[in-house]
Amino acid sequence: MSYTERLKNVSVLGAAGKMGSGILLLTALEMAEISMKPENKGTSFVLNAVDVSNEALVGLMKYIRNQVLKAAEKKVVQLRTIYADRADLIENSEIINQYIDDVMLLIRPSTNMEVTYNSTLIFEAIKEDPDLKAKIFSQINENNSYHPWFFTNTSSIPISELDKKAGLNGRVLGVHFYNPPAVQKLVEIIKAETTLPELNEFAVQFSKNLRKTIVPSHDFAGFIGNGHFMRDALYGISEAEKLNKEFSFAESVFMINKISQDYLIRPMGIFQLIDYVGIDVCSYIMSVMNPYLTDEDLHSNLLDKLLEIGVKGGQNSDGSQKDGFLKYEKGKPVAIYDINLKSYIDIASLQGNCDSKLGELPASIKPWKAVVGKPMDEYYKSYFTELKGMKTMGTEIAVNYFMRSKAISEKLVADKVAFSNEDVNTVLKTGFFHAYGPINDFMN
Amino acid sequence: MVAGYNTISMGTGRKEFNPKKERPGLEEYMKEAGQAVLAKIGGAKNVDEGVIGNFIASRFNRQANMGAFFPYIDEGLRHKPAVRVEGACATGALALVTGIRSILAETADVVLVMGVEVQNTVKAIYCADYLAAAGWANERKDGHAYYFPGKFSDRAKVYYEKFGKEKTRMAMAKWFVNAIENARLCPTAQEYHNTSKDLNALGMIEPNGRNFVDSLNVFDCSKVSDGASAVAIVSEEGLKRCGIPKSQAVEIMGFAQAEEDITKAPDDFTVLSTTKFAVQKALENSGITKEQLATVECHDCFSIAGIMATEAIGFAEHGKGIDFVLEGHTARYGKIPFNTTGGLIGWGHPTGATGVHQAITIWEQLTGNAGNNQIEIHPERPYGLTVNMGGDDKSLVSIVYKRAE
Repeated sequence: MSYTERLKNVSVLGAAGKMGSGILLLTALEMAEISMKPENKGTSFVLNAVDVSNEALVGLMKYIRNQVLKAAEKKVVQLRTIYADRADLIENSEIINQYIDDVMLLIRPSTNMEVTYNSTLIFEAIKEDPDLKAKIFSQINENNSYHPWFFTNTSSIPISELDKKAGLNGRVLGVHFYNPPAVQKLVEIIKAETTLPELNEFAVQFSKNLRKTIVPSHDFAGFIGNGHFMRDALYGISEAEKLNKEFSFAESVFMINKISQDYLIRPMGIFQLIDYVGIDVCSYIMSVMNPYLTDEDLHSNLLDKLLEIGVKGGQNSDGSQKDGFLKYEKGKPVAIYDINLKSYIDIASLQGNCDSKLGELPASIKPWKAVVGKPMDEYYKSYFTELKGMKTMGTEIAVNYFMRSKAISEKLVADKVAFSNEDVNTVLKTGFFHAYGPINDFMN
Repeated sequence: MVAGYNTISMGTGRKEFNPKKERPGLEEYMKEAGQAVLAKIGGAKNVDEGVIGNFIASRFNRQANMGAFFPYIDEGLRHKPAVRVEGACATGALALVTGIRSILAETADVVLVMGVEVQNTVKAIYCADYLAAAGWANERKDGHAYYFPGKFSDRAKVYYEKFGKEKTRMAMAKWFVNAIENARLCPTAQEYHNTSKDLNALGMIEPNGRNFVDSLNVFDCSKVSDGASAVAIVSEEGLKRCGIPKSQAVEIMGFAQAEEDITKAPDDFTVLSTTKFAVQKALENSGITKEQLATVECHDCFSIAGIMATEAIGFAEHGKGIDFVLEGHTARYGKIPFNTTGGLIGWGHPTGATGVHQAITIWEQLTGNAGNNQIEIHPERPYGLTVNMGGDDKSLVSIVYKRAE
């Protein structure tokens, strides 16, 4: 079956979710591109958007229409060529509207699983639950006579386990997009030992066509992205708990968040990142990964406690940030949750005290925005050397944090989760927007 | 001509511009510019008639019947005659010429002339659709998504082939640098807030036909602008009525208007032949030569159009405009400073207002009212020239000015 044949009937499961909607959009654009090639005129292409909620599917279609509009506005130069033979389409606006119509006509929203039974390719982006995923895969597999391929967006479950549980005989591959898929460049591709090679070849071609950066990962729970993030998060939590012996909970969270952002020149602090992903999601991913780890316990009592109280983080359906460790106004942190007081404490009221305890910042510090995406290795060397030479409370915690992140990364390579140092660095740089890779010699 | 006033040229580049926030509309721009001029000329009672230049508010703002905005600007203009004129990007100068004709016909002594355009109501990609009306509608289908950049990209391409790509690109970059440096001195300019350190490097960026056009980069192009410019065109009688001394006025020495067939492609893509004709005619009508010019406002909707204008006016031979610009002759301290407030690329291009803005810049320079943009006006070369172009060298207006004596 050719690349084009494979894309003739595709289903996205969990299409209305955060990840599913992005995957649906990218797939729709790619299918539109293929379907508009002269040799494919007259061939029908179908993209099923499957989700449990009708309301969510209505919202999804609005989101997709808006995103396709934006995509069309960007590539109208190319679209004018594609619609060159349509004498009735003259202005850019007419061509853009036609393109939107054509893309939307590919998509069939549905709450009915049966629509997937004619698909040759299934993208899955449902809840991160191995049993649920396996159950659905197996149901589709039993009812679909086309021997479909399953691309799962799991960020933590071993692919081989899904293959075995669902009885797919190698017709499953991890194709892990990062959030939000429409924007994030990174795709982690994870082959189980049993995965058929043609799935990988197709996924590589597909990801390249979407202009994504591909990083292969070994089939080990958590892969590279969560392999680093979950451990990095647990380290941040443990550092805050240490500080909590001397400072209030809110102060401790504030200080570690500040160190992991400003001192380490990252796009956001560790607690903001946990909120972004969702405290519930983080906790759940740890619980999925933990059974596969023999030499460590990937679990946080603190996250459990927060969830019990109902502090969850994550995002609202409009993409705005929900309150978690931090409270947000217009996307910016304004207060910190204090688990003992069970209320948010304004950052303004504790910042002065915390900053003076942390001590002076290195003189050569630059904000993440000023360095990201630029070749700045010389700068990092001199900055981190300065940081290491200072003996303030803030810089000492920062040095340890930096070294811990590096150690986590090196262990991912040593444990054969990642194929190379470079792969880990690529995942952190593209998937997490870090300005520099964690495996470096900036502090040597 | 007296009492010029320009609003800010609003659009990307201005700090106060935010595409997501509500902005002033046609009404606010017309009111600001119109009232400012009325205040300088002793009020609406002194005005005999109004002329408003607007290219295509019918699409950008769903607005036509523009003449009826004069009474909105000032109640004192109620029941006075007004007319709206249109000639694509030459609209502004056509409005001026319409006012001049009234004065010459002695049907008016004071004409309030305004140009206005508010284009940021849509994204640039749809703006391109609307502005394409300046070309022949039958050619739109086969034209580029960015229609006019496409037209001038085609001209640039032939110019590259004939006279060398490298030097032409350098000259286009230099044109951009001059434009921004002049705009940085002018508080109403769209590029007034431009702080880019290496302008030349921006100008040298290789064009990318995948996202834009083949032979121009975005810095070669004027931007999408909102703004209004207004001025009073008066007879000697009118000047007295307004109580303004002659030293604050410029005299129109001569002008020319020329049209070319909108359905035809240029004979030679490297020549602005209609521009050439109109300028020669305007100089002739004024009884002067180009050597007597102190400064020029040319229609640099694209850097390549600016370069070709230096040739069309006669400052450089065919194919030598690039040398003329690279040698610095068009810069503000050069032999003949061009576009001293930034031109269309630097000051902005609110299409219907542009021709009026050009005239106001000349008026400011010749009367010593140009502020930080002021250049030295040598007594032996006391004339100013404007060249306003509609479409791809199709509708041309050229005017010669001198400080009134």
